[in-house]
Amino acid sequence: MARLTAVLATTHHPFYLKATTAPVEQQIPQAAEWKRKVEAYRETLTKAEPEILVMVGADHFHQFFLDNYPQFLIGKAPRYDATFYNEEREFGIPKYVLEGHEELSRFMHKGLLERGFDFAFSNELKLDHSIICPIITTRPQADLPVVPIYTNIFAPPLPSPKRFWDLGRAIREIIDEFPSDKRIAAIGSGHLSLELGGPRQFRETGPDPEFDRQAIEWLSTGNIDAILANVTHESMAKSGNATHGFMDLILMMGIAGPIPAAYSDSLSLFHTMEAYLTWYPEGAAR
Amino acid sequence: MSRYYVNKFLFTVDRDPDLLRRYKENPKSLLATWEQSIGPQLNSVEFSTVNSFTDAEREALVNHDVAALFEMGAHFFLSLTIFIAIYDEEWTAKSGPLSFQKDFAKRLAHWEGRDYPPVGE
Repeated sequence: MARLTAVLATTHHPFYLKATTAPVEQQIPQAAEWKRKVEAYRETLTKAEPEILVMVGADHFHQFFLDNYPQFLIGKAPRYDATFYNEEREFGIPKYVLEGHEELSRFMHKGLLERGFDFAFSNELKLDHSIICPIITTRPQADLPVVPIYTNIFAPPLPSPKRFWDLGRAIREIIDEFPSDKRIAAIGSGHLSLELGGPRQFRETGPDPEFDRQAIEWLSTGNIDAILANVTHESMAKSGNATHGFMDLILMMGIAGPIPAAYSDSLSLFHTMEAYLTWYPEGAAR
Repeated sequence: MSRYYVNKFLFTVDRDPDLLRRYKENPKSLLATWEQSIGPQLNSVEFSTVNSFTDAEREALVNHDVAALFEMGAHFFLSLTIFIAIYDEEWTAKSGPLSFQKDFAKRLAHWEGRDYPPVGE
């Protein structure tokens, strides 16, 4: 059976690449620290020696729109282009091509359906920055096949936080049952408190630093009970209108299980708090 | 009111460099073109007869009125992205980095602490 060697949950700040590759005199003051933290975080994936990546993100109205927006979707393509024109324009993110892993995509899709998760699917999927940002930060050589999973954290009505947790648990079971000797890592990106296009955007910190601190503590201690007791769509909206991306971090902890993270780091930046968490599921750490 | 159609406008214009340029240079003209030939498109062959704008929606889109769009429930991501594309560079040159984004927030200050207009059902 396949081995799940690492689970990573991270924020996806689209300006990381631009901020850390600009000429030094144009860099923000935290650029060097940010780069150090990201490179240390990258090491938590590298040392797990993954061979396939299950990638969790959310399409930001790039391929999918309100005429047909899936709650949950899996990519089943042999190959994935990434980065849309408007992401290059706004964030300076380059284009990528990632190999797919059709066998695991098929196995995952079937396993999800069997467990009551009626996923939409796509055989022609172009990935957006929710998946490419963590590639840039944790696997910049972009050399591993991926199985992309998209969730709806963006176009209400949204699935519940509990549903994201349960989905993570299901994905874990399916990875554990995948008949392969491959080493698999799961990497998902989302947000802590975040405001976009609203009155609390672009402040000195994220819109709700207290939530951010609490959320990182919950994730790093594997405390799903506290998350499900405290986090609702309404509470997330109070922390910032785009905070619902936190549910993808809940999903990732669902893949790991209710266990403490092996690695937890954060960085307060203008506008957001960044979070970097890694779990090594039992028996898989090297 | 068609919140969906407002979002479709923002979505289709933001993803197309030529439409975006025209929306920046002459929003009224682009909006008229869009309503005739772009908005109704389902795909390259099929057209929808279902949606249309109200006068208030047309006015908000023609005026790049971020506050009015927010109040109509235009999706925050679409609205932020397209107006950054239109205004960020010139505001940065004039008033420094992120000055447009901060002004955008200021125009919505009266919503702080209140429930925002819903962006979905």
